[in-house]
Amino acid sequence: MIEIDIRFHRSDFKLDFKQSLSEPVTGLFGASGSGKSTLLGLIAGFISPNDGCIKLDDVVLFDRNKSVNLPPHKRKVATVFQDGRLLPHLNVKDNLLFGFKLTPEQDRCIDFEVVTSLLEIEGLLAKRVHELSGGETQRVALGRALLMSPKLLLLDEPLSSLDVRLKQQILPFLKRIKDEVNIPMIYVSHDKDEINYLADKVFELTN
Amino acid sequence: MIDSTFLVLSHAEIEALTLSVKVATFCTLLICIPAIAVAWLLAKKTFIGKSLFDGLVHIPLILPPVVPGFLLLILLGNQGLIGKWLHETFGITIAFTWMGAVIASAVMAFPLMVRSTRQAISQVDSKLEIAAQSLGASPLKVFLNVTLPLSLPGVITGLILAFSRSLGEFGATITFVGNIEGETRTLPLAIYSFTQTPNGDLAAMRLVLLSVLIALAAIVLSNHLERKAAKKMGRV
Repeated sequence: MIEIDIRFHRSDFKLDFKQSLSEPVTGLFGASGSGKSTLLGLIAGFISPNDGCIKLDDVVLFDRNKSVNLPPHKRKVATVFQDGRLLPHLNVKDNLLFGFKLTPEQDRCIDFEVVTSLLEIEGLLAKRVHELSGGETQRVALGRALLMSPKLLLLDEPLSSLDVRLKQQILPFLKRIKDEVNIPMIYVSHDKDEINYLADKVFELTN
Repeated sequence: MIDSTFLVLSHAEIEALTLSVKVATFCTLLICIPAIAVAWLLAKKTFIGKSLFDGLVHIPLILPPVVPGFLLLILLGNQGLIGKWLHETFGITIAFTWMGAVIASAVMAFPLMVRSTRQAISQVDSKLEIAAQSLGASPLKVFLNVTLPLSLPGVITGLILAFSRSLGEFGATITFVGNIEGETRTLPLAIYSFTQTPNGDLAAMRLVLLSVLIALAAIVLSNHLERKAAKKMGRV
């Protein structure tokens, strides 16, 4: 369960958001510039709200009044970005293990083999990142995020750089993660069909 | 005039060569980590007095080398501000020793290493660093596991530039540590000495050739390592 009650403003941009999200997948829908990615950035800790608080289960991630602002690496919130952002100096396997290795053993809740077979990327492990197709890149990025055993998974338009055919190929993987891995997700997209397919509850952001 | 003995190095020449390599190696080791730290600071951080700090780091590039040499003598000479204390407290003498030659060339080589490393670090896509953070990497781990490996070609270039600068260092060295055979007479100082000696041209020429060979080797090595690093990252 994530409780968000924040106010954020920068020059001509303003975002107020107050919701408790407890569904397995929450969809955030809105046109570009409506602040979807900003909201994810605020939850992940890349940017800080001007006021308010964010709580994930029992952990306070941000609280202006109590001067709490956990840095991103301590939040256990993983983000899958639109552009994958795999590390180009590591091969697929080392990318997948990047967050896994940083997670203490007792906190790991998902197996390497489970993830690679779920996403059907077992055959890609030895490949270099630049040898992957767009769809493969996003599957590896997804696996990498899952393997850090996050308490919350943020998906920031993970399919928008793919064509329609590839989107149709990846969506079932996301569905599979939702059904088989018990990690709550916030899914951001400007594509209503994608969101309706995955999300249990949808919010629309308007600016 | 030129016969086969032309290629045989005399004892003094070998001494100058090994001393140069020793000084350049220690110089490179000495500045490696501080230069990377300063490069990171300049590439990634904003702070009060940054332009002044930037200027101070780079000033040895612009000054006549004799100036840093003289300042080092004032600071680290046996009667100098710090040198006197080092000498009286620990019995350490830096001026007119090979360690002083290391420091003189370190001051001159430092900005070159910083420049090359800084440029490489600022070219690393900060989106990748953010992604690594979100996967649980602390700022230090992000630097060691993402930023540094991705800027490796620039770091390698910087190291080789620093090594070569140190090999060629003349002005600051001769001002700070003099030209003492076996102690501070590096390749360039030996060449200079031979040119001042009657009939020293042949020996000077041998050392000049040697310097050219070393310089060429450094450039070839630098290009090779850079290509290798770039290939590893899939940029080729």
